[in-house]
Parts: sequence; C-alpha cells; structure tokens
Amino acid sequence: MIELSNICLSYGKNDILTNVSLSLRQQGLTSIIGPNGAGKSSLLAILNRLQKPTSGEVRIDGQPIDSFDNRVLATRLSILRQDNQINARISVRDLVCFGRFPYHNGRPTAEDWAVIDQAIHYLDMSDLQDRYLDQLSGGQRQRAFIAMVLAQDTQYVFLDEPLNNLDMKHSVAIMKQLRRACEELSKSIVVVLHDINFASCYSDEIVSMKHGRIAHSGSPEQVMQDHILMDLYDMPLSVQQIDDKRLCLYYL
Amino acid sequence: MTEAVSRPRPLHWPTLTPGWRLALLLTLVVFAIALYLTWDIKASLAFTLKYRSKKLITLLLVGFSVSTATLLFQTLSQNRILTPGIMGFDALYVLIQSILVLTLGVIGFNTLNPYMKWGMETALMILAMLMMYRLLFRGNQQSLQFMMLAGIIFGVLFSSGSALVFRLLDPTQFGVLQDALFATFAAVDPILLQISFGVLAVTAVALWRTHARLDVMLLGQNSATSLGLNYNAMVLMILLLVAILVSLSTALVGPVSFFGLLVVHLAYRLAGSYQHRFLIPFAALLGMLTLVSGEFILQHLTNFSTRLSIIIEFFGGLFFLALIIRQGKA
Repeated sequence: MIELSNICLSYGKNDILTNVSLSLRQQGLTSIIGPNGAGKSSLLAILNRLQKPTSGEVRIDGQPIDSFDNRVLATRLSILRQDNQINARISVRDLVCFGRFPYHNGRPTAEDWAVIDQAIHYLDMSDLQDRYLDQLSGGQRQRAFIAMVLAQDTQYVFLDEPLNNLDMKHSVAIMKQLRRACEELSKSIVVVLHDINFASCYSDEIVSMKHGRIAHSGSPEQVMQDHILMDLYDMPLSVQQIDDKRLCLYYL
Repeated sequence: MTEAVSRPRPLHWPTLTPGWRLALLLTLVVFAIALYLTWDIKASLAFTLKYRSKKLITLLLVGFSVSTATLLFQTLSQNRILTPGIMGFDALYVLIQSILVLTLGVIGFNTLNPYMKWGMETALMILAMLMMYRLLFRGNQQSLQFMMLAGIIFGVLFSSGSALVFRLLDPTQFGVLQDALFATFAAVDPILLQISFGVLAVTAVALWRTHARLDVMLLGQNSATSLGLNYNAMVLMILLLVAILVSLSTALVGPVSFFGLLVVHLAYRLAGSYQHRFLIPFAALLGMLTLVSGEFILQHLTNFSTRLSIIIEFFGGLFFLALIIRQGKA
C-alpha cells in the first residue's frame, strides 16, 4: 500500500500540490485524470524522489519513502515518465535489460534474461527486439519503454501517459496488457491518462486532480458523471452509458 | 510484419563482437608502440628504448585521460558535441599558470616542486568543480545544463583574467608561459609520471566499479532514478573524475580538447556497443593509438618539421568533415 498524506509542493509562491492525501490500492489499475497543469506529473516526481515535497509524507508498505535504499525502492516501485530521449544506440532488448538493473547490477543472469524475454513478448515486440531505438516509431519506442518497466517487476508501477504516441490498436493492446498484469501478476498499476474513456473502461479506480488537489476518487461509475467531469475540465460534455461502460463524449 | 523482414544490422564490421573489436584495437596499439620504439634506431638499443619510452608513456597517459574525460563528460551531459573544455577547465589551467609565472617569476616557476604544482592545480580544479556543483546543481538535468552554461561564462572570465596577467608580464616571463601553455608531447618529469600512475589506478578502479551505472545514466535522470541509481552521487563522481583526468592531461602536455571529441566519436562508431565497459577501453586505446602513430609519423616521416597537435587537428578536421557529410547524406 502506498499512502500519501498531506503532500504539499510549492515553488516560491506557486502552489503545485495542496494537501494531497491518497492511498493507492495494493492491487489493480488506478487512473489519474485531470486537466493539464493539475499536478499529476509533480505527484509522480515526488514518488520517484526526484522532487521533495514541501511538506507531507509518502509511505510505502508502512515505511517512509526516504528511509528506503535507492536500489531496494527500485524493486518495489517503478516509474516511467514522459519524454525519454536517448542519444546512445541501444537496442530494444538492451533497453528492456536495463529494467533488471536493480536486480543484476550490470550482470544479468539467465533468470533476468527470462524475465526480459517475457516482458518483450508481453508487449509484442519480439520481432523488433534487435532494432535500435532510433529505428523505431514513436509508438514502438513507447512500448519498448513499457517493456523495460514491466521487466523491473515491481509491485507498484507508475506510468505517465503511457498511451502517448500510440495508435488505437496499440493503445487498447497496452491497456489490456496492463489489466492482465494487474490480475495475473497482482500488481498495482497507476497510469496518468488523458483519454478519460480509457480510464473509464479499464480502471478499478479513477482519481481526478485539479489545481493541485484531489477532486474526486472512486470507481469509474462514481467518477464518470456529467457534473463531475464538466467541473473538472471546465467544458461541456456528456457521459453516455454504452453496454456496461460509461463513455464521455467531449468532441463536439 | 512478415517473417521475411530482415533485421537491420550495424553498419560496420557486422560480424565482430565488441570484445573482438577491442582485441583488434589492442593489437593495433601494441603494433604501433613496437613500431614507435624500434623504427630506425641510430644510437644503442638500450638508450633509444629508454629515451623513447619516456615519451611513449606520456602519449599513452594523455591518450587515456583525454578520451576518458571526454567520454564521461558526454555521458553526463547526454550531449555528444561537448567536451570538458566547455566548463572552462582549460581556461582555469591557463590562468593558474599565468598567475604562477607572475607571482613566482621565471626561476621560481621553473623550479617549482612538481608534486606541489600538480597537487595545487588539481586541488584548484576540483575545488572549482565542487563549488559549481554546490552552488548551481539542483539535482536535475536542467540545472546540469545551467551549470555548464555557468562554466562557459567562468571560462571567459578566466581567459580575461589570463589576458590581464599576460599584460603584466615581462617578455621573458611571457616566453616561459607560452612554452608552458602549448600542447607539447615531450618527455615529462618522472615525478609527474608517478602521480599519473596513481591517478590512473584510482580512475580505473572507479570506472570498473561504476561502468554499469554509467550505462544507466544514458537513459536520462528520470529512468535512472527509477532504476535505483543515486543520480546526484553519480553526477558528482563523474564531475570529480573528469576534473582529475583533465588536470592530469593538462599538467602533462597542456590543453588539448579537439582530440578527445574526435576519438570519442570514432569510438561510438567503431566500438560496436553503447556499454561503457567496452566504450571506455575502446576510446582510451583509440586515443593512445592516435597519439602514438601520430608521433611516429611526426618523428620518422616528417623529421619533426611540425607539431603532433597540428597533425591531429589536421586529420581530425578531415575526419570530422567526412562524418558530417556522411550524416548529411543519411
């Protein structure tokens, strides 16, 4: 269980996060939604210890996050941020191998390679595994990075807009794979999503953020409501029930 | 995606593994060294070997330190056109030399204890680096760039300082200073060599222990941190290593910077791996090969009619043009 209590973050006079308290489930898929600038990425930066909160505390399985050794923490939670620019010529397989770094420390064992192959296979990248990253399309790169994070094999996985650059087919495939990972490997996966319909269809829980605060959190049925979403995004929209899913129409 | 799609292969020497490439390069280096030591011996063998090996060691040390420093700096900055020179190291070195000549005079400067001189230069460079790190590094990539920008400004400041000192010197002092500042690959002081081997050992151990972490640094700060790397500690370690290596090579032969860029780029192309355990030795050996063969050409084919640094710049320039043209076509 990851618990954030009263997290505040401010740069000078600008409050980025205000009193964010949240507990993330032990297993299942949680989506964080919200307009640009709501503080979603800052929250991930705090969980990655790239950013120290101005006040408040993060606890992982009961222990404060600061008390963890870096490497031990890297076996508990992994985070994939946006914009992963790499200059070096690294192949997909080698990139995924980096996901095992907290375990092998530079010397991958046969067991590590097995996990790496599995992660590559899981993301349908077996054909591309010897390609260099600069020979891949944006979507393929994105999948390679997700494979790396899966290879890290942590209980908690945070993905910042994993569907960026992906076409419909691969977006759906990724969300299905993340769901499967939640169920089969009993992981807790937290994704920051901009497409709220993906959030609605695949999440166990949706957390919405606005102006650095948690606006709502609950099941997709609870959060996918006209008034809640209109309030969140400040725009007209309507939520429709199609079969058993709630979908938001906001294109018009 | 059909089965028939062939996987693209690396452009050069497709069948050679990085290990073999390294071995091949090592053979070339050994060959170049043998050639350099034994070609056209006029005096007694023992004398020639003794005379030439002193210079050879300098070449090898500089080849190692400049290449490694440049490679580390590029890994740190995630930028393949930068060299440590951008942080104003060379300018600081020049400033230190000029102030020394000014305050100690010609005789004082030339009789300075080499241990003390090297120790002081290195200490100053490391101190400058630490101060920049403390004051400007905020634990993220942007501040790293900010720190480098500050380094450029400091470089200009140091150069202006040196220019001021130059004006205060008398002609003899100026001549001595000029001599100290030109990159000359002459035989060096044995004491400096001892220090160099110490530095070499320390660096080698540090690199051996951290090469895998250096690879992770290539992924950028976010991923590296998520993979359990202490990013700030790595930044500090790399900066310190770079400061030590640069001060070593400048103390040995004076400022050389273009050379590192050339060698490291060749290493990226030819080493066949992004991994530092191959890249570092490859770049180091390539640096040695370039210097030793350059010196060989200089001594035996041109009869000392030109400087080694000029040869390197010449071939380096040609190579760089070729690189750019090829990249433009691709």
